[in-house]
Amino acid sequence: MADDIISEMAAPIYLPYRFTAGRAPARFLAQVRRGVLTGQRCPRCEKVYVPPRGSCAACGVATEEEVVLPDKATVESFTIVYLPIPNNPIEPPYIVANLVLDGAHISFIHLLSECDNQTVRIGQRVQAVWKDPEDWDYALDNIRYFRPIDEGDVPVAHIGHLDVDGNWEGDT
Amino acid sequence: MAEQAAVIGIGQTRYSSKRGDVSIAGLVREAAQAALTDAELTWADIDAVVLGKAPDMFEGVIMPECYLVDALGGHGKPMLRVHTAGSVGGSTAVVAASHVQSGTFQRVLAVTFEKQSESNAMWALSNPQPFSVHLNAGAGGYFAPIIREYIRRSGAPADVGIKVAVKDRRQGARNPLSHLQLPDITEEEVAQSMMLWDPIRFLEACPSSDGACAMVIASEALSKVAPRKPAWIRGAAMRSEPTMYAGRDEVDPRAGRDCAADVYAQAGVTDPRRDLDCAEVYVPFSWYEPMWLENLGFADTGQGWKLTLEGATALDGGDIPWNCSGGVLSSNPIGASGMIRFAEAARQVRGDAGDHQVEGARLALGHAYGGGAQFFAMWIVGTEK
Repeated sequence: MADDIISEMAAPIYLPYRFTAGRAPARFLAQVRRGVLTGQRCPRCEKVYVPPRGSCAACGVATEEEVVLPDKATVESFTIVYLPIPNNPIEPPYIVANLVLDGAHISFIHLLSECDNQTVRIGQRVQAVWKDPEDWDYALDNIRYFRPIDEGDVPVAHIGHLDVDGNWEGDT
Repeated sequence: MAEQAAVIGIGQTRYSSKRGDVSIAGLVREAAQAALTDAELTWADIDAVVLGKAPDMFEGVIMPECYLVDALGGHGKPMLRVHTAGSVGGSTAVVAASHVQSGTFQRVLAVTFEKQSESNAMWALSNPQPFSVHLNAGAGGYFAPIIREYIRRSGAPADVGIKVAVKDRRQGARNPLSHLQLPDITEEEVAQSMMLWDPIRFLEACPSSDGACAMVIASEALSKVAPRKPAWIRGAAMRSEPTMYAGRDEVDPRAGRDCAADVYAQAGVTDPRRDLDCAEVYVPFSWYEPMWLENLGFADTGQGWKLTLEGATALDGGDIPWNCSGGVLSSNPIGASGMIRFAEAARQVRGDAGDHQVEGARLALGHAYGGGAQFFAMWIVGTEK
Protein backbone atom coordinates (compact mmCIF):
# COMPACT_ATOMS: atom_id res chain seq x y z
CA MET A 1 0.00 0.00 0.00
CA ALA A 2 3.06 2.23 -0.15
CA ASP A 3 1.61 3.90 -3.21
CA ASP A 4 -1.20 5.32 -1.10
CA ILE A 5 1.09 7.20 1.26
CA ILE A 6 0.95 10.93 0.59
CA SER A 7 4.41 12.26 1.39
CA GLU A 8 4.02 15.73 -0.04
CA MET A 9 1.53 18.06 -1.64
CA ALA A 10 1.74 21.39 -3.39
CA ALA A 11 -0.06 24.13 -1.46
CA PRO A 12 0.40 27.47 -3.26
CA ILE A 13 0.23 30.54 -1.05
CA TYR A 14 -0.47 33.98 -2.46
CA LEU A 15 0.89 37.11 -0.86
CA PRO A 16 -0.52 40.15 -2.68
CA TYR A 17 1.14 43.31 -1.49
CA ARG A 18 0.85 47.02 -2.04
CA PHE A 19 4.08 48.39 -3.44
CA THR A 20 5.16 51.75 -2.08
CA ALA A 21 7.66 53.08 -4.56
CA GLY A 22 9.09 55.92 -2.49
CA ARG A 23 9.46 59.53 -3.62
CA ALA A 24 12.11 59.25 -6.34
CA PRO A 25 10.84 56.04 -7.98
CA ALA A 26 7.24 57.39 -7.78
CA ARG A 27 8.36 60.51 -9.64
CA PHE A 28 10.19 58.33 -12.18
CA LEU A 29 7.13 56.11 -12.69
CA ALA A 30 4.82 59.12 -13.09
CA GLN A 31 7.08 60.34 -15.91
CA VAL A 32 7.31 56.87 -17.49
CA ARG A 33 3.49 56.88 -17.47
CA ARG A 34 3.82 59.82 -19.93
CA GLY A 35 6.52 58.10 -21.98
CA VAL A 36 9.39 60.14 -20.53
CA LEU A 37 12.55 58.68 -18.97
CA THR A 38 13.90 60.75 -16.09
CA GLY A 39 17.09 60.29 -14.13
CA GLN A 40 18.45 62.10 -11.09
CA ARG A 41 21.89 63.65 -10.83
CA CYS A 42 24.08 63.29 -7.74
CA PRO A 43 24.99 66.76 -6.45
CA ARG A 44 28.44 65.52 -5.44
CA CYS A 45 29.80 63.19 -8.16
CA GLU A 46 27.36 64.43 -10.85
CA LYS A 47 26.55 60.91 -11.97
CA VAL A 48 23.02 60.41 -13.31
CA TYR A 49 20.97 57.52 -11.94
CA VAL A 50 18.10 55.93 -13.81
CA PRO A 51 15.81 54.60 -12.51
CA PRO A 52 16.52 56.94 -9.60
CA ARG A 53 16.25 55.61 -6.06
CA GLY A 54 16.55 59.02 -4.39
CA SER A 55 20.20 58.83 -3.46
CA CYS A 56 23.66 58.21 -4.82
CA ALA A 57 24.86 54.99 -3.22
CA ALA A 58 28.51 55.89 -3.86
CA CYS A 59 28.41 59.35 -2.20
CA GLY A 60 25.65 58.65 0.29
CA VAL A 61 23.76 61.84 -0.55
CA ALA A 62 20.22 62.55 -1.71
CA THR A 63 19.65 63.18 -5.42
CA GLU A 64 17.20 65.98 -6.29
CA GLU A 65 18.00 67.41 -9.74
CA GLU A 66 16.01 65.68 -12.45
CA VAL A 67 17.42 65.02 -15.91
CA VAL A 68 15.22 64.07 -18.85
CA LEU A 69 16.96 61.36 -20.83
CA PRO A 70 16.49 60.09 -24.39
CA ASP A 71 15.40 56.53 -25.07
CA LYS A 72 18.66 55.62 -26.82
CA ALA A 73 21.17 53.44 -25.01
CA THR A 74 24.40 51.46 -25.34
CA VAL A 75 24.83 47.75 -24.59
CA GLU A 76 27.15 47.47 -21.57
CA SER A 77 26.86 43.66 -21.43
CA PHE A 78 24.22 41.00 -22.06
CA THR A 79 23.23 37.39 -21.78
CA ILE A 80 21.25 35.13 -24.09
CA VAL A 81 18.78 33.27 -21.88
CA TYR A 82 17.55 29.79 -22.81
CA LEU A 83 15.17 29.38 -19.85
CA PRO A 84 11.62 30.65 -19.47
CA ILE A 85 10.92 33.33 -16.86
CA PRO A 86 8.26 32.38 -14.29
CA ASN A 87 4.93 34.03 -15.22
CA ASN A 88 6.39 35.66 -18.32
CA PRO A 89 5.18 34.65 -21.82
CA ILE A 90 8.49 35.46 -23.51
CA GLU A 91 9.88 32.56 -25.52
CA PRO A 92 13.53 31.53 -25.08
CA PRO A 93 16.11 32.18 -26.33
CA TYR A 94 15.90 35.90 -25.67
CA ILE A 95 18.48 38.56 -24.90
CA VAL A 96 18.60 40.39 -21.60
CA ALA A 97 20.96 43.34 -21.89
CA ASN A 98 22.52 45.71 -19.38
CA LEU A 99 21.83 49.07 -21.03
CA VAL A 100 23.09 52.56 -20.22
CA LEU A 101 20.87 55.37 -21.47
CA ASP A 102 22.62 58.31 -23.10
CA GLY A 103 23.36 60.83 -20.36
CA ALA A 104 23.11 58.21 -17.58
CA HIS A 105 25.97 56.58 -15.67
CA ILE A 106 24.43 53.31 -14.52
CA SER A 107 22.87 50.43 -16.42
CA PHE A 108 19.53 48.70 -16.05
CA ILE A 109 18.35 45.51 -17.67
CA HIS A 110 15.87 45.25 -20.49
CA LEU A 111 15.00 42.98 -23.36
CA LEU A 112 16.83 43.32 -26.67
CA SER A 113 14.87 42.24 -29.73
CA GLU A 114 14.58 42.65 -33.53
CA CYS A 115 18.19 41.53 -33.74
CA ASP A 116 20.35 38.56 -34.63
CA ASN A 117 21.32 36.91 -31.33
CA GLN A 118 24.72 36.01 -32.75
CA THR A 119 25.69 39.58 -33.63
CA VAL A 120 24.66 41.34 -30.42
CA ARG A 121 27.74 42.89 -28.86
CA ILE A 122 29.07 45.10 -26.09
CA GLY A 123 29.04 48.73 -27.29
CA GLN A 124 26.09 48.25 -29.67
CA ARG A 125 23.66 51.19 -30.01
CA VAL A 126 19.97 50.53 -29.32
CA GLN A 127 16.69 52.42 -28.92
CA ALA A 128 13.45 51.76 -27.04
CA VAL A 129 10.38 50.34 -28.76
CA TRP A 130 7.39 51.59 -26.77
CA LYS A 131 3.96 50.07 -26.30
CA ASP A 132 0.97 51.98 -27.69
CA PRO A 133 0.44 55.09 -25.50
CA GLU A 134 -3.04 53.91 -24.45
CA ASP A 135 -1.35 50.91 -22.78
CA TRP A 136 1.12 52.99 -20.79
CA ASP A 137 1.13 52.40 -17.05
CA TYR A 138 3.33 53.26 -14.08
CA ALA A 139 5.95 50.70 -15.14
CA LEU A 140 9.13 50.35 -17.14
CA ASP A 141 7.24 47.66 -19.08
CA ASN A 142 5.91 50.60 -21.15
CA ILE A 143 9.03 49.89 -23.17
CA ARG A 144 8.42 46.56 -24.90
CA TYR A 145 12.08 46.08 -25.69
CA PHE A 146 15.11 47.83 -27.19
CA ARG A 147 16.27 47.25 -30.77
CA PRO A 148 19.57 47.93 -32.54
CA ILE A 149 19.88 51.22 -34.45
CA ASP A 150 22.16 52.19 -37.28
CA GLU A 151 24.86 54.00 -35.29
CA GLY A 152 28.49 53.02 -34.83
CA ASP A 153 29.47 51.05 -31.73
CA VAL A 154 30.65 52.97 -28.68
CA PRO A 155 34.25 52.12 -27.69
CA VAL A 156 34.25 50.19 -24.41
CA ALA A 157 36.08 52.93 -22.50
CA HIS A 158 33.27 55.37 -23.27
CA ILE A 159 30.29 53.14 -22.42
CA GLY A 160 28.40 54.78 -19.56
CA HIS A 161 29.96 58.19 -20.27
CA LEU A 162 27.86 59.48 -23.18
CA ASP A 163 26.07 62.83 -22.96
CA VAL A 164 22.30 63.14 -23.46
CA ASP A 165 22.86 63.67 -27.18
CA GLY A 166 24.73 60.37 -27.47
CA ASN A 167 28.17 61.96 -27.91
CA TRP A 168 31.33 60.92 -26.17
CA GLU A 169 34.67 62.63 -25.78
CA GLY A 170 36.57 62.38 -29.05
CA ASP A 171 33.43 61.43 -30.99
CA THR A 172 33.01 63.29 -34.26
CA MET B 1 40.19 41.18 18.60
CA ALA B 2 41.09 40.40 22.15
CA GLU B 3 40.64 36.64 22.41
CA GLN B 4 41.79 33.73 20.26
CA ALA B 5 39.12 31.40 18.94
CA ALA B 6 39.14 28.11 17.08
CA VAL B 7 36.85 25.64 15.35
CA ILE B 8 36.59 22.59 17.61
CA GLY B 9 33.66 20.80 16.00
CA ILE B 10 32.40 20.43 12.42
CA GLY B 11 29.18 18.77 11.29
CA GLN B 12 27.81 18.45 7.78
CA THR B 13 24.89 16.57 6.35
CA ARG B 14 25.37 14.80 3.07
CA TYR B 15 24.21 17.04 0.24
CA SER B 16 21.53 15.91 -2.21
CA SER B 17 18.79 17.30 -4.41
CA LYS B 18 16.13 16.23 -1.93
CA ARG B 19 16.27 15.18 1.70
CA GLY B 20 12.69 13.95 1.87
CA ASP B 21 13.44 12.00 5.06
CA VAL B 22 13.83 15.10 7.26
CA SER B 23 12.09 18.42 7.87
CA ILE B 24 14.06 21.68 7.95
CA ALA B 25 14.32 21.23 11.72
CA GLY B 26 15.55 17.67 11.27
CA LEU B 27 18.11 18.80 8.71
CA VAL B 28 19.68 21.52 10.88
CA ARG B 29 19.65 19.28 13.95
CA GLU B 30 21.51 16.56 12.05
CA ALA B 31 24.36 18.96 11.22
CA ALA B 32 24.38 20.53 14.70
CA GLN B 33 24.41 17.13 16.41
CA ALA B 34 27.26 16.02 14.16
CA ALA B 35 29.28 19.12 15.13
CA LEU B 36 28.66 18.48 18.84
CA THR B 37 29.61 14.82 18.44
CA ASP B 38 32.78 15.85 16.60
CA ALA B 39 33.65 18.15 19.52
CA GLU B 40 32.57 15.53 22.11
CA LEU B 41 30.13 18.04 23.60
CA THR B 42 26.44 18.10 24.46
CA TRP B 43 23.77 20.74 23.90
CA ALA B 44 24.31 21.99 27.46
CA ASP B 45 27.90 22.98 26.62
CA ILE B 46 26.76 25.63 24.12
CA ASP B 47 26.43 29.26 25.29
CA ALA B 48 24.75 30.76 22.22
CA VAL B 49 23.48 29.82 18.77
CA VAL B 50 23.98 31.76 15.53
CA LEU B 51 21.86 30.73 12.55
CA GLY B 52 22.19 31.70 8.90
CA LYS B 53 20.25 30.92 5.77
CA ALA B 54 19.49 32.57 2.43
CA PRO B 55 16.40 34.82 2.12
CA ASP B 56 13.23 33.54 3.83
CA MET B 57 11.36 33.77 0.51
CA PHE B 58 13.16 30.64 -0.66
CA GLU B 59 11.29 28.13 1.52
CA GLY B 60 8.57 30.60 2.45
CA VAL B 61 9.26 30.09 6.17
CA ILE B 62 9.59 33.56 7.60
CA MET B 63 12.08 34.01 10.47
CA PRO B 64 12.84 30.28 10.66
CA GLU B 65 15.26 30.93 13.52
CA CYS B 66 12.20 31.20 15.80
CA TYR B 67 10.85 27.84 14.66
CA LEU B 68 14.30 26.23 14.95
CA VAL B 69 15.13 27.29 18.51
CA ASP B 70 14.18 23.92 20.00
CA ALA B 71 15.77 21.86 17.23
CA LEU B 72 19.06 23.67 17.92
CA GLY B 73 18.97 23.50 21.70
CA GLY B 74 18.52 27.26 21.79
CA HIS B 75 15.83 27.42 24.45
CA GLY B 76 16.84 29.95 27.12
CA LYS B 77 20.03 30.88 25.25
CA PRO B 78 20.95 33.87 23.14
CA MET B 79 20.13 33.11 19.50
CA LEU B 80 20.99 35.33 16.58
CA ARG B 81 20.05 35.25 12.90
CA VAL B 82 22.40 36.46 10.16
CA HIS B 83 21.22 37.73 6.74
CA THR B 84 23.70 38.30 3.92
CA ALA B 85 22.09 36.42 1.00
CA GLY B 86 24.34 33.73 -0.52
CA SER B 87 27.35 34.74 1.55
CA VAL B 88 25.40 34.09 4.75
CA GLY B 89 27.15 30.82 5.55
CA GLY B 90 30.46 32.65 5.75
CA SER B 91 29.03 35.65 7.58
CA THR B 92 27.40 33.36 10.14
CA ALA B 93 30.78 31.82 10.93
CA VAL B 94 32.38 35.27 11.22
CA VAL B 95 29.60 36.50 13.53
CA ALA B 96 29.84 33.37 15.68
CA ALA B 97 33.62 33.76 15.88
CA SER B 98 33.30 37.43 16.87
CA HIS B 99 31.11 36.47 19.84
CA VAL B 100 33.93 34.27 21.12
CA GLN B 101 36.76 36.65 20.18
CA SER B 102 34.99 39.43 22.09
CA GLY B 103 34.97 37.28 25.20
CA THR B 104 31.16 37.32 25.38
CA PHE B 105 30.75 33.55 25.04
CA GLN B 106 33.02 30.52 25.47
CA ARG B 107 31.38 28.16 22.98
CA VAL B 108 29.08 29.20 20.14
CA LEU B 109 27.18 26.88 17.82
CA ALA B 110 26.97 28.23 14.25
CA VAL B 111 24.46 26.57 11.92
CA THR B 112 23.40 27.20 8.32
CA PHE B 113 21.07 25.43 5.95
CA GLU B 114 19.00 25.43 2.80
CA LYS B 115 16.29 23.01 1.75
CA GLN B 116 16.05 23.84 -1.92
CA SER B 117 13.69 20.91 -2.57
CA GLU B 118 11.06 22.77 -0.51
CA SER B 119 11.98 26.04 -2.13
CA ASN B 120 11.87 27.85 -5.43
CA ALA B 121 14.95 30.02 -5.50
CA MET B 122 14.39 31.12 -9.10
CA TRP B 123 10.94 32.43 -8.21
CA ALA B 124 12.10 33.96 -4.93
CA LEU B 125 14.78 35.91 -6.79
CA SER B 126 12.39 37.10 -9.50
CA ASN B 127 9.71 39.11 -7.66
CA PRO B 128 8.56 41.96 -9.87
CA GLN B 129 9.05 45.66 -9.12
CA PRO B 130 7.52 48.35 -11.34
CA PHE B 131 10.69 50.39 -11.86
CA SER B 132 12.49 47.48 -13.47
CA VAL B 133 11.30 44.97 -16.03
CA HIS B 134 10.57 41.45 -14.84
CA LEU B 135 13.36 39.62 -16.62
CA ASN B 136 15.42 38.17 -13.79
CA ALA B 137 15.91 34.54 -14.74
CA GLY B 138 17.55 33.59 -11.43
CA ALA B 139 21.12 34.17 -10.28
CA GLY B 140 22.65 32.88 -13.53
CA GLY B 141 20.86 35.54 -15.54
CA TYR B 142 22.27 38.19 -13.22
CA PHE B 143 25.87 36.97 -13.28
CA ALA B 144 26.14 35.96 -16.97
CA PRO B 145 26.65 39.54 -18.30
CA ILE B 146 29.31 40.12 -15.63
CA ILE B 147 31.12 36.97 -16.75
CA ARG B 148 30.85 38.11 -20.38
CA GLU B 149 32.51 41.38 -19.42
CA TYR B 150 35.29 39.49 -17.59
CA ILE B 151 35.96 37.39 -20.69
CA ARG B 152 36.09 40.53 -22.84
CA ARG B 153 38.49 42.36 -20.51
CA SER B 154 40.83 39.47 -19.83
CA GLY B 155 40.82 37.92 -23.29
CA ALA B 156 40.50 34.52 -21.60
CA PRO B 157 40.03 31.52 -23.92
CA ALA B 158 36.45 30.21 -24.08
CA ASP B 159 37.24 26.89 -22.39
CA VAL B 160 38.45 28.23 -19.03
CA GLY B 161 34.98 27.85 -17.50
CA ILE B 162 34.72 24.32 -18.84
CA LYS B 163 38.03 23.36 -17.20
CA VAL B 164 36.87 24.70 -13.80
CA ALA B 165 33.58 22.79 -14.11
CA VAL B 166 35.46 19.52 -14.71
CA LYS B 167 38.09 20.11 -12.00
CA ASP B 168 35.59 20.91 -9.26
CA ARG B 169 33.32 17.94 -10.10
CA ARG B 170 36.24 15.50 -10.19
CA GLN B 171 37.41 16.83 -6.83
CA GLY B 172 33.85 16.65 -5.52
CA ALA B 173 33.78 12.97 -6.42
CA ARG B 174 36.49 12.49 -3.77
CA ASN B 175 34.20 14.00 -1.12
CA PRO B 176 31.51 11.51 -0.03
CA LEU B 177 29.25 14.35 1.21
CA SER B 178 29.20 16.01 -2.21
CA HIS B 179 25.84 16.23 -3.99
CA LEU B 180 27.19 15.69 -7.50
CA GLN B 181 29.30 12.57 -7.87
CA LEU B 182 30.79 12.87 -11.37
CA PRO B 183 34.25 11.24 -11.24
CA ASP B 184 34.35 10.68 -15.00
CA ILE B 185 33.00 14.03 -16.23
CA THR B 186 34.76 15.28 -19.37
CA GLU B 187 35.32 18.69 -20.95
CA GLU B 188 33.33 17.52 -23.95
CA GLU B 189 30.30 16.74 -21.78
CA VAL B 190 30.45 20.19 -20.21
CA ALA B 191 30.89 21.88 -23.59
CA GLN B 192 27.88 20.01 -24.99
CA SER B 193 25.60 20.61 -22.01
CA MET B 194 22.72 23.00 -22.60
CA MET B 195 23.47 26.70 -22.68
CA LEU B 196 21.34 28.29 -19.93
CA TRP B 197 22.48 31.89 -19.69
CA ASP B 198 25.10 32.45 -22.39
CA PRO B 199 28.04 32.08 -21.62
CA ILE B 200 26.97 29.82 -18.70
CA ARG B 201 26.19 26.21 -19.63
CA PHE B 202 24.20 23.78 -17.47
CA LEU B 203 27.32 21.92 -16.29
CA GLU B 204 29.07 25.24 -15.53
CA ALA B 205 26.38 26.10 -12.96
CA CYS B 206 25.91 24.88 -9.40
CA PRO B 207 23.23 22.32 -8.52
CA SER B 208 20.25 22.91 -6.19
CA SER B 209 20.88 21.06 -2.95
CA ASP B 210 19.41 20.29 0.43
CA GLY B 211 21.84 20.35 3.31
CA ALA B 212 23.13 21.92 6.49
CA CYS B 213 26.51 22.70 7.98
CA ALA B 214 27.41 23.49 11.59
CA MET B 215 30.48 24.39 13.58
CA VAL B 216 31.35 24.79 17.25
CA ILE B 217 33.66 27.76 17.79
CA ALA B 218 35.37 27.98 21.18
CA SER B 219 37.64 30.21 23.23
CA GLU B 220 41.39 29.62 23.47
CA ALA B 221 41.18 27.88 26.84
CA LEU B 222 38.44 25.49 25.74
CA SER B 223 40.01 24.91 22.32
CA LYS B 224 43.24 23.78 23.97
CA VAL B 225 41.41 21.01 25.83
CA ALA B 226 39.22 20.00 22.87
CA PRO B 227 39.57 16.38 21.73
CA ARG B 228 40.44 17.25 18.15
CA LYS B 229 43.16 19.49 16.80
CA PRO B 230 41.68 23.02 16.76
CA ALA B 231 41.53 25.02 13.53
CA TRP B 232 42.67 28.41 14.83
CA ILE B 233 40.94 31.44 13.35
CA ARG B 234 43.82 33.62 12.19
CA GLY B 235 41.68 36.27 10.57
CA ALA B 236 38.02 36.97 9.84
CA ALA B 237 36.47 39.82 7.87
CA MET B 238 33.31 40.98 6.16
CA ARG B 239 32.70 43.79 3.67
CA SER B 240 29.74 44.91 1.62
CA GLU B 241 28.99 47.48 -1.06
CA PRO B 242 25.80 48.73 -2.72
CA THR B 243 24.65 46.71 -5.73
CA MET B 244 23.71 49.81 -7.68
CA TYR B 245 26.09 52.72 -7.79
CA ALA B 246 27.47 54.56 -10.79
CA GLY B 247 30.96 53.39 -11.65
CA ARG B 248 30.74 50.13 -9.71
CA ASP B 249 33.12 47.44 -10.96
CA GLU B 250 30.94 44.34 -10.90
CA VAL B 251 33.69 42.13 -12.33
CA ASP B 252 36.21 43.00 -9.60
CA PRO B 253 34.20 44.36 -6.66
CA ARG B 254 35.95 46.73 -4.29
CA ALA B 255 34.33 45.07 -1.25
CA GLY B 256 35.94 41.74 -2.16
CA ARG B 257 39.38 43.31 -2.50
CA ASP B 258 39.02 45.22 0.77
CA CYS B 259 37.77 42.14 2.62
CA ALA B 260 40.72 40.07 1.34
CA ALA B 261 43.22 42.78 2.30
CA ASP B 262 41.77 42.86 5.83
CA VAL B 263 41.81 39.10 6.38
CA TYR B 264 45.32 38.74 4.89
CA ALA B 265 46.66 41.50 7.16
CA GLN B 266 45.19 39.79 10.23
CA ALA B 267 46.74 36.45 9.26
CA GLY B 268 50.08 37.87 8.13
CA VAL B 269 49.53 36.79 4.53
CA THR B 270 51.38 38.97 2.00
CA ASP B 271 51.20 36.68 -1.06
CA PRO B 272 48.11 34.46 -0.88
CA ARG B 273 49.25 32.04 -3.59
CA ARG B 274 52.53 31.45 -1.76
CA ASP B 275 51.44 31.77 1.86
CA LEU B 276 48.21 29.74 1.79
CA ASP B 277 48.14 25.99 1.26
CA CYS B 278 44.63 25.83 -0.19
CA ALA B 279 41.40 27.78 -0.48
CA GLU B 280 37.68 27.06 -0.48
CA VAL B 281 36.17 29.85 -2.54
CA TYR B 282 32.52 30.47 -3.45
CA VAL B 283 32.40 29.58 -7.16
CA PRO B 284 28.74 28.94 -8.13
CA PHE B 285 29.41 29.49 -11.84
CA SER B 286 32.67 28.15 -13.26
CA TRP B 287 34.02 31.47 -14.52
CA TYR B 288 34.04 32.84 -10.98
CA GLU B 289 37.24 30.88 -10.28
CA PRO B 290 39.43 33.06 -12.53
CA MET B 291 37.47 36.16 -11.51
CA TRP B 292 38.01 35.56 -7.79
CA LEU B 293 41.64 34.48 -8.35
CA GLU B 294 42.16 38.11 -9.39
CA ASN B 295 39.82 39.76 -6.88
CA LEU B 296 41.50 37.86 -4.02
CA GLY B 297 45.02 38.66 -5.20
CA PHE B 298 46.12 35.16 -6.22
CA ALA B 299 46.78 36.57 -9.70
CA ASP B 300 47.19 40.00 -11.27
CA THR B 301 44.18 41.58 -12.94
CA GLY B 302 43.41 39.80 -16.21
CA GLN B 303 45.71 36.87 -15.39
CA GLY B 304 43.52 34.61 -13.21
CA TRP B 305 42.51 32.30 -16.05
CA LYS B 306 46.16 31.39 -16.63
CA LEU B 307 46.38 29.80 -13.18
CA THR B 308 43.32 27.72 -13.96
CA LEU B 309 44.70 26.60 -17.33
CA GLU B 310 48.12 25.80 -15.83
CA GLY B 311 46.45 23.52 -13.29
CA ALA B 312 47.66 25.65 -10.36
CA THR B 313 44.26 25.39 -8.66
CA ALA B 314 43.92 21.59 -8.99
CA LEU B 315 44.13 19.28 -5.98
CA ASP B 316 46.38 16.97 -8.00
CA GLY B 317 49.57 18.78 -8.94
CA GLY B 318 48.48 22.35 -8.26
CA ASP B 319 50.47 24.66 -5.99
CA ILE B 320 47.35 26.40 -4.63
CA PRO B 321 44.39 23.97 -4.79
CA TRP B 322 40.96 25.61 -4.86
CA ASN B 323 37.77 23.84 -3.79
CA CYS B 324 39.21 20.42 -3.02
CA SER B 325 35.80 19.50 -1.57
CA GLY B 326 34.15 20.06 -4.95
CA GLY B 327 32.99 23.53 -4.03
CA VAL B 328 29.64 25.17 -4.72
CA LEU B 329 29.72 23.64 -8.23
CA SER B 330 29.32 20.21 -6.57
CA SER B 331 26.94 21.04 -3.68
CA ASN B 332 24.80 24.14 -3.23
CA PRO B 333 22.48 24.30 -0.23
CA ILE B 334 22.63 28.09 -0.66
CA GLY B 335 22.47 29.30 2.94
CA ALA B 336 25.00 26.66 4.01
CA SER B 337 27.29 26.95 0.96
CA GLY B 338 29.43 29.72 2.46
CA MET B 339 29.84 27.90 5.76
CA ILE B 340 30.81 24.71 3.95
CA ARG B 341 33.71 26.69 2.45
CA PHE B 342 34.76 27.87 5.92
CA ALA B 343 34.31 24.40 7.44
CA GLU B 344 36.21 22.68 4.62
CA ALA B 345 39.10 25.14 5.12
CA ALA B 346 39.08 24.12 8.79
CA ARG B 347 39.04 20.42 7.87
CA GLN B 348 42.11 20.94 5.70
CA VAL B 349 44.17 22.41 8.53
CA ARG B 350 42.89 19.76 10.94
CA GLY B 351 44.16 17.22 8.41
CA ASP B 352 40.89 15.30 8.32
CA ALA B 353 39.61 16.06 4.82
CA GLY B 354 39.89 12.42 3.75
CA ASP B 355 40.42 11.78 0.04
CA HIS B 356 40.40 15.50 -0.77
CA GLN B 357 43.03 16.44 1.83
CA VAL B 358 45.88 18.72 0.76
CA GLU B 359 48.87 17.05 2.31
CA GLY B 360 50.37 19.06 5.14
CA ALA B 361 47.94 21.99 4.84
CA ARG B 362 48.70 24.54 7.56
CA LEU B 363 46.91 27.69 6.44
CA ALA B 364 43.64 27.82 4.45
CA LEU B 365 41.20 30.45 3.21
CA GLY B 366 37.42 30.16 3.39
CA HIS B 367 35.46 32.63 1.21
CA ALA B 368 31.84 33.43 0.50
CA TYR B 369 30.05 36.03 -1.60
CA GLY B 370 26.40 36.81 -2.00
CA GLY B 371 23.63 39.00 -3.40
CA GLY B 372 24.72 40.85 -6.53
CA ALA B 373 28.34 40.10 -5.52
CA GLN B 374 28.04 42.83 -2.89
CA PHE B 375 28.45 40.80 0.33
CA PHE B 376 31.80 39.21 1.17
CA ALA B 377 32.90 37.09 4.13
CA MET B 378 36.29 35.44 4.57
CA TRP B 379 38.36 33.72 7.17
CA ILE B 380 41.80 32.18 7.37
CA VAL B 381 42.31 29.18 9.62
CA GLY B 382 45.59 27.61 10.62
CA THR B 383 47.21 24.80 12.54
CA GLU B 384 48.93 27.41 14.74
CA LYS B 385 47.37 30.26 16.72
